[in-house]
Amino acid sequence: MTIDKRKFIKTAGLASLAGLAGKNILGQDVSEVIEPGSFDRLSGLQSPLKAERWAMAVDIKKCQKQHDCTKCIDACHHLHNVPEFDNPKDEIKWIWKEPFEHAFHEQENKFQKTDLIHSTPLLFCNHCDNPPCVSVCPTRATWKREDGIVMMDWHRCIGCRYCMAGCPYGSRSFNWRDPRPFIKDQQQDFPTRMRGVVEKCTFCDERLAMGLLPACVEACDVGALVFGDLEDAESDIRKLLNDNFSIRRKPGLGTQPEVYYIIS
Amino acid sequence: MYDAGKIIIGLVVFIALVSYPIWYDAARGDIPTSADPKIVTSEKECVAPTEYMKANHMDLLNQWRDDVVRKGVRVYTAESGRKFEMSLTHTCMDCHSNKSEFCDECHNYAGVDPYCWDCHIEPEEVQR
Repeated sequence: MTIDKRKFIKTAGLASLAGLAGKNILGQDVSEVIEPGSFDRLSGLQSPLKAERWAMAVDIKKCQKQHDCTKCIDACHHLHNVPEFDNPKDEIKWIWKEPFEHAFHEQENKFQKTDLIHSTPLLFCNHCDNPPCVSVCPTRATWKREDGIVMMDWHRCIGCRYCMAGCPYGSRSFNWRDPRPFIKDQQQDFPTRMRGVVEKCTFCDERLAMGLLPACVEACDVGALVFGDLEDAESDIRKLLNDNFSIRRKPGLGTQPEVYYIIS
Repeated sequence: MYDAGKIIIGLVVFIALVSYPIWYDAARGDIPTSADPKIVTSEKECVAPTEYMKANHMDLLNQWRDDVVRKGVRVYTAESGRKFEMSLTHTCMDCHSNKSEFCDECHNYAGVDPYCWDCHIEPEEVQR
């Protein structure tokens, strides 16, 4: 069959129009059919939480008032099958606490508000805007999503630990041992990891997809964790940042961390 | 042919050794003839036709994995127009909760060892 240029362009144009129309129809009927067995999950998936730039704010004062509270850590680590090892060298952590001078060693003032200096802020993956872990990953097992979340594909991680060397925040943990036997109360919904894989916080991408806030934010009784869209001027997190003084970890490195610490 | 006797004896010994697994099993009487996976669900249709799933479920699972993890697409539309959550643990194992009789049956027969269960948690099987 021969085809001239004119005919080809016509056909191609018509085909792409038909394609666009088909896509629109598909886009509209997503919420129509819902399975009886998995009603909640599928309907949750129809209304995911979306943002242009996800970020977290931690109100250190509110958080520290609840002295030894670990509700957010417990909720996160339980939901995500994070193992608990006795040997600190094997430690896996998605959220953790660190003394102030370790978390913010660039704050050099010898004399500071005492409650701040003696605080142990919550630390997460900072989901940097300019993430060094992503630049160094040889398999693209970690990458930055369009909404700012620094995601991980554990299927693709080869355990080279370049990302751990690249991350200036210590947000990544390596599974030196098979984690399965060390997970208390396994959570069926979420996979575990295997030996030789790096893991970290993903801002609960699997919960956002179902229209739920991150587990840590939900677990916090005092509202010390605020999660939202930085690009939305009306969002709670933007208002909080507009009204209060906040700091970030190691801002001088240029990684643009997106976890903010409210200290006023 | 020089040394015909030695060569023929050598060949016989060689073939006997190479085919050892086959006749050993035959002698023990447990030659696996075919795999027979059991389907226990009350559900009428799968996410794709049975013939396609038999041959290509691994490709479909890989596609689902990439769509969910990398593209953030989590809803699959079957040819019938029905929507499914793209999830091994939820969608697949909701129906095929009998992993040992369904997954393992064929995988053992074919001698393949998929690494799904290194991380994904298999459903607890109810003894029937």
